[in-house]
Amino acid sequence: MNSVVMPNELGTTDYQTELIAGKSIIQARDVDVFYGDKQALFGMELDIYENSVTSLIGPSGCGKSTLLRCFNRMNDVISTCRVTGSIELDSQDIHAPEVDVVALRQKVGMVFQKPNPFPKSIYDNIAYGPRIHNMTPSKVELDEVVEKSLKRAGLWEEAKDRLDKPGTGLSGGQQQRLCIARAIAVEPKVILMDEPCSALDPIATAKIEELIDELRQRFTIIIVTHSMQQAARISQHTAFFHMGYLVEFGETGDIFSAPKDERTQNYITGRIG
Amino acid sequence: MSQDETHTIDIIGKPSRHKIQEKIVTYFMLLCSSVAILTTIGILASLTFETFAFFQKVSFLDFLFGLEWSPQTALRSDQVGSSGSFGAVPLITGTLLISAIAMFFATPLGLLSAIYLAEYASKNVRAVVKPLLELLAGIPTVVYGFFAALIIAPFLRGGGENVGLVISSESALAAGLTMGVMIIPLISSLSDDVINAVPQSLRDASYGLGATQTETIKEVILPAAIPGIAGSLLLATSRAIGETMIVVMAAGLAANLTANPFEAVTTVTVQIVTLLTGDQEFESAKTLSAFALGFFLFIITLCLNIVALKIVDHYKEQYD
Repeated sequence: MNSVVMPNELGTTDYQTELIAGKSIIQARDVDVFYGDKQALFGMELDIYENSVTSLIGPSGCGKSTLLRCFNRMNDVISTCRVTGSIELDSQDIHAPEVDVVALRQKVGMVFQKPNPFPKSIYDNIAYGPRIHNMTPSKVELDEVVEKSLKRAGLWEEAKDRLDKPGTGLSGGQQQRLCIARAIAVEPKVILMDEPCSALDPIATAKIEELIDELRQRFTIIIVTHSMQQAARISQHTAFFHMGYLVEFGETGDIFSAPKDERTQNYITGRIG
Repeated sequence: MSQDETHTIDIIGKPSRHKIQEKIVTYFMLLCSSVAILTTIGILASLTFETFAFFQKVSFLDFLFGLEWSPQTALRSDQVGSSGSFGAVPLITGTLLISAIAMFFATPLGLLSAIYLAEYASKNVRAVVKPLLELLAGIPTVVYGFFAALIIAPFLRGGGENVGLVISSESALAAGLTMGVMIIPLISSLSDDVINAVPQSLRDASYGLGATQTETIKEVILPAAIPGIAGSLLLATSRAIGETMIVVMAAGLAANLTANPFEAVTTVTVQIVTLLTGDQEFESAKTLSAFALGFFLFIITLCLNIVALKIVDHYKEQYD
C-alpha cells in the first residue's frame, strides 16, 4: 500500500514514496485520457490518501484538471472524451458497469473554478443535493443538513439571516463557500476542487484555504491549483504534472524542498510553466 | 498656434478637414436610419388620424364593447342597407380564440423540441433538425393558409363527423392548429437560444452533485431559462395575433361571438383585409373602421413585444 511506483515518460526514475502514511482511498492505474484523437493523459499512476489534501500542480494544459474530472467521471459529459485504465475508489473500479455515476458523484463531490451557485435561494442551493438523492425525508432534517453544511463551510454566520435570498447575491468568496457547502451537504467522501480560489481575492482565498484545512478532518480533498504557495500551504501530498505525464508525486514538503526531477525543480522555481 | 518654437515631434495637422469628414459620415448615416423611423412615424400618424376620424362617426364605447360586427353601410343614399354596427368584441374574441388554440398546440411542441435540441440531441442530429425546424418559419403564410383550408379543415370536418361532432368547414380549430405549426419554429428557436444561454457551469454543478440529466433540466436549466422562455412565448403570441393569411383562408368571415373552436370565427386582421380590399368609399365608417382595428391591433402587439423584450433582456443581464 505504501510503495507506489511512478513511471514517467522517460521511464528512468522509478522511485518509491515510502514516507507517505495513511490509507489510500483512490488508486489510479495506467489511466490514459483522450479528447478525440488527442491524448491528454499518459499512463497515470497515482494514489490519493484518505483525510489528506492532495495538490495537483503543473503548467496549463498538463492534464491536472483532466485527471481531477476522471475521479467523479465528469469527463462522461464530454462526448469526445475517452478514459482507459482503472481508477479504484475504496477498491471498486469506478468504470465498472454496475457503478451508478449518480452514486459515485454523491461520494466524490466537486467544487469548480468559478463559483457557480444555482440561481436559487441560499437554502435551495444547499438543499439541492439532499433533495435529488432523497437523503432527508422531513423538512426538519433538511433544515439541519443546510445549517450543518453552512456551518462546516464557515458561511453560517454570514448567511443565516438571508437563507431565502438568492445565492448569486453573495460575494465571490461567499459564493465559493456556498458551493463548498452545497458539495458537502450530500456527505461525500472525497471533494475535488478545480482551482477553487482562482477567481477570488487574497482575503477570500485565505478563508477558503483555512476551510480546506478544517475539511480535511472529515473529507479527502484533491485540489488543482496554479499557486505553488497554495499547494505548499494547504496540502500534505503534491503531484506535479507536465505535458500529460505525472512527473513526481510525494509529500508536499519533499516536493518543494527536495524535488527529485529536474522539471519539478524548474517549475517550482519558476523557470518553466 | 505659435510658429516661433520648433518642435521635434510634429502633431500639427488640419483638424477642420477631419471634422468635416466625420460630420458628413455621421449625418449620412443619420439620414439613412431616419428613413425607417420617419416611415414608422408616418404610418402611426395616418393610423391615428384615421382612427380619430372613425371615432367621429362611431362611438368609442360602441366599438370597444359592442357585441355585433356588421360593417355594411348604405353606399348610396337611396340604398336600403344595414346601418352598420361596429362592435369589435366578436373580432377580439375570435382573434384570442385562434391565438389561444395556436399557443396551446405550439407551446408544448416548441418547448419540448427546444429542450431536445439543446440538451439531448447529438451534434449531428442538431445540425439536421434545427435547420429543418427553421425551414417551417420560411414557408410563406399563404401556403399555410392553403394547407389549412384544403387539408386540415376538411380533415377535421370529416373526423368530426365520424365521432358525431359538427365542425364547420371553416373553423377556429383548423386555423389555430395551422397557425400553431407555423409558430413552433419561433418558439423552439428562441427557447433553444435561451436554454443554450444557461451557463455550462450550472450544468456542471448539478451533474457534479450527482443529478441525472432529467433532474438537471427540470431543477436547474428550466427554472433558469423560464423568463426567457416566457419572453419567447409572448413574442409568439404577438405573432399569432397579427397573423392574417392563415385566418383569412381557414377561419372564415362570420363574426360569430363564440368560444366554440368548431365554429367559424373571424379575426381583427381578417376584417381589416375584407374591409379594405376592392373599391371602397374612403370616408365611410366601414373603411375607417379598418384603421381603428389596425390601431387597436398595433397597440396590443406593441405592448406584448415590449413586455417580451423586457423579459428577455432582463434575463440576459443575469448571466453577463
